[in-house]
Amino acid sequence: MIAVLAFYLFATLTIASAVAVIFARNPVHSVLWLIMAFFNAAGLMLLLGAEFIAMLLVIVYVGAVAVLFLFIVMMLNIDFAALRSGFSKNLPFGLIIALVLLAEMVVAVSAWKAGPVTGGVQPAATTQPNIEALGELLYSRFLFPFEIAGLILLVAMIGAIVLTHRSRGDARGQKVWRQVDRRPDEAIKLEQPKVGEGVKL
Amino acid sequence: MNFAPILPELILTIGAIVLMMVAAFMGKRGSNLCSWASVALLLGAVATLGGEPQHAGALFGGQLVADGFSAFGKLIIYLCAAVAIVMAHNWFERDFEHAAEYPVLILLSAVGMSVMVSATSLVTLYVGLELQSLSAYVLASYRRTDDRSAEAGLKYFVLGALASGILLYGISLLYGFTGTTQFEGVAAAFTRDGTTSIGLLFGLVFLLAGLAFKISAVPFHMWTPDVYEGAPTPVTAFFASAPKVAAVLLGVRVCLDALGPAMDAWRQIMTFAALASIFLGAIAAYGQTNIKRLLAYSSINNVGFALIGLVAGGPQGASSVLFYMAVYVVMTLGAFLCVQRMKGEDGEYIESIDSLAGLSQTRPGLAFALAIFMFSLAGIPPMFGFWPKLMVFNAAVTEGLIALAVAGILGTVIGAYYYLRIVKVMYFDAPAGQPYARGGNALETAMIFLFALIVSPLGYLLIGPLGELTGRAAGSIF
Repeated sequence: MIAVLAFYLFATLTIASAVAVIFARNPVHSVLWLIMAFFNAAGLMLLLGAEFIAMLLVIVYVGAVAVLFLFIVMMLNIDFAALRSGFSKNLPFGLIIALVLLAEMVVAVSAWKAGPVTGGVQPAATTQPNIEALGELLYSRFLFPFEIAGLILLVAMIGAIVLTHRSRGDARGQKVWRQVDRRPDEAIKLEQPKVGEGVKL
Repeated sequence: MNFAPILPELILTIGAIVLMMVAAFMGKRGSNLCSWASVALLLGAVATLGGEPQHAGALFGGQLVADGFSAFGKLIIYLCAAVAIVMAHNWFERDFEHAAEYPVLILLSAVGMSVMVSATSLVTLYVGLELQSLSAYVLASYRRTDDRSAEAGLKYFVLGALASGILLYGISLLYGFTGTTQFEGVAAAFTRDGTTSIGLLFGLVFLLAGLAFKISAVPFHMWTPDVYEGAPTPVTAFFASAPKVAAVLLGVRVCLDALGPAMDAWRQIMTFAALASIFLGAIAAYGQTNIKRLLAYSSINNVGFALIGLVAGGPQGASSVLFYMAVYVVMTLGAFLCVQRMKGEDGEYIESIDSLAGLSQTRPGLAFALAIFMFSLAGIPPMFGFWPKLMVFNAAVTEGLIALAVAGILGTVIGAYYYLRIVKVMYFDAPAGQPYARGGNALETAMIFLFALIVSPLGYLLIGPLGELTGRAAGSIF
């Protein structure tokens, strides 16, 4: 019962916020509504028992993609009025895409009614939570590819630094040795100020 | 877990991370140290390849394998990477800001390539390929102040990402229809269902398309001339050698191991790719005026010949591919070493073919070396470059693919024109323009000399040992 209620709650909110994404006039609001939609979709995934995908939606889509969107929308200062001005010119093209999407949806629904596609192997039924199952695989059978994936991220970092970093002459770096060399007696001065005189610095 | 079989990868990975810290803290001052330490690490990794653990068989539950085939691939890859570092050491001398990170990226790329040649699972294949490619994108745009280099990097990145996507789509189709990512599982599924399953067939086509991009086989070659022209010369030399060897070897393992039972299906694709590469590589090179672009078309052309060996299949075909790639890298690295000598008095690098005019009078040694490489690339008999071509065609004829062999030989004749044109420009044209600056790194001169010696008729002495090595390496995947 609770699950059914939760499903309708998440589903309604997902659709409502998805509609709001399109109808919001302010693009920043659109992105915020999109984040709302992602959260509710994550809730739906939880109900399905796919905890890992739920976490992925929150971490990757909300945490990274949507925030990136927000930054772009706010920083690039895109003139959305100018973007909208080509509406009538692009209308036929938009309609064609909409028709294609509609046809695909009809096909998808009829294919869904015809039964699931079986690709040879069915997943084994298990009571193990899927995050745990994934973790176990990543650190045992797929340890090697997992480590190489870590190296790929390292290369991406090195690449980003090498291609964008410039050493500037006017940068003020930290001088570690000066900080380490500093003695308490030259850094701290103890004073006993008299009443009404204050401290001389 | 016994880590001895992945010792070369461990040496390179840990070394690369340590050198990354050296580069970060020492900056430009560390570039000497990083270069020579990387060369030492690569040679150290080569030294471990002869050991018994390098033939230990399946590792990590079948994710990758240590066998003669992978050891042979790693040997070539590490040596090519070392040459690329030595070449760059000279190139980046002119107060280049991030010279110290260059060897680190090459080392990480070498790790990716050694994963590629030893992968026996689609997952390992993909991560290895990505590690190599990502390093390559950065290396291509290494001279970021140079517009052409930045353009090369961007172009390579966009097209490479597209190819990765296609490859991944193929992998996911194969996984979906076979239920496994292991090569042997995929092979078992092909034996069971044959190529009647449309899903398997699509997976195969997409997988091969992704791989064809990496080896720059026609029709996925469009990026090659632009990237080779724009990237710094040492990087171009690296691209034309090590990653190409890794991708060709990966293709051989995928086709003969995972897709072995579907040979009829991929044979058509590979036959087309081989012939199209040979002819396009030969014909499109005619109008080129830039020597790096010309060598790019030459690399497309050469990959076509290697693919003929793959089409032949079987131990003989596989060993001819290995032999071909081993000789090809020597010729191509030698040619690029000569190209790096094309440098004006003002220190600017010159890339036009016209500037080679009359080189035989101004710089007879350099002209002679370049002529040897060109004759060898053209496959003209007294040179060693003739032998691998003969082996490849021999493998094709043994398999009864006589039409393919004849077409390939026709392609050789067409291709010979543009190699010989360079020799003609150097030996028969009057000197024009300013001569190249004299002098150069002694180590590079030694390498040019050594490589020229290998591809000269003296190289025929290598047929015995190299043939035995490639035969054993190819035997280990069957």
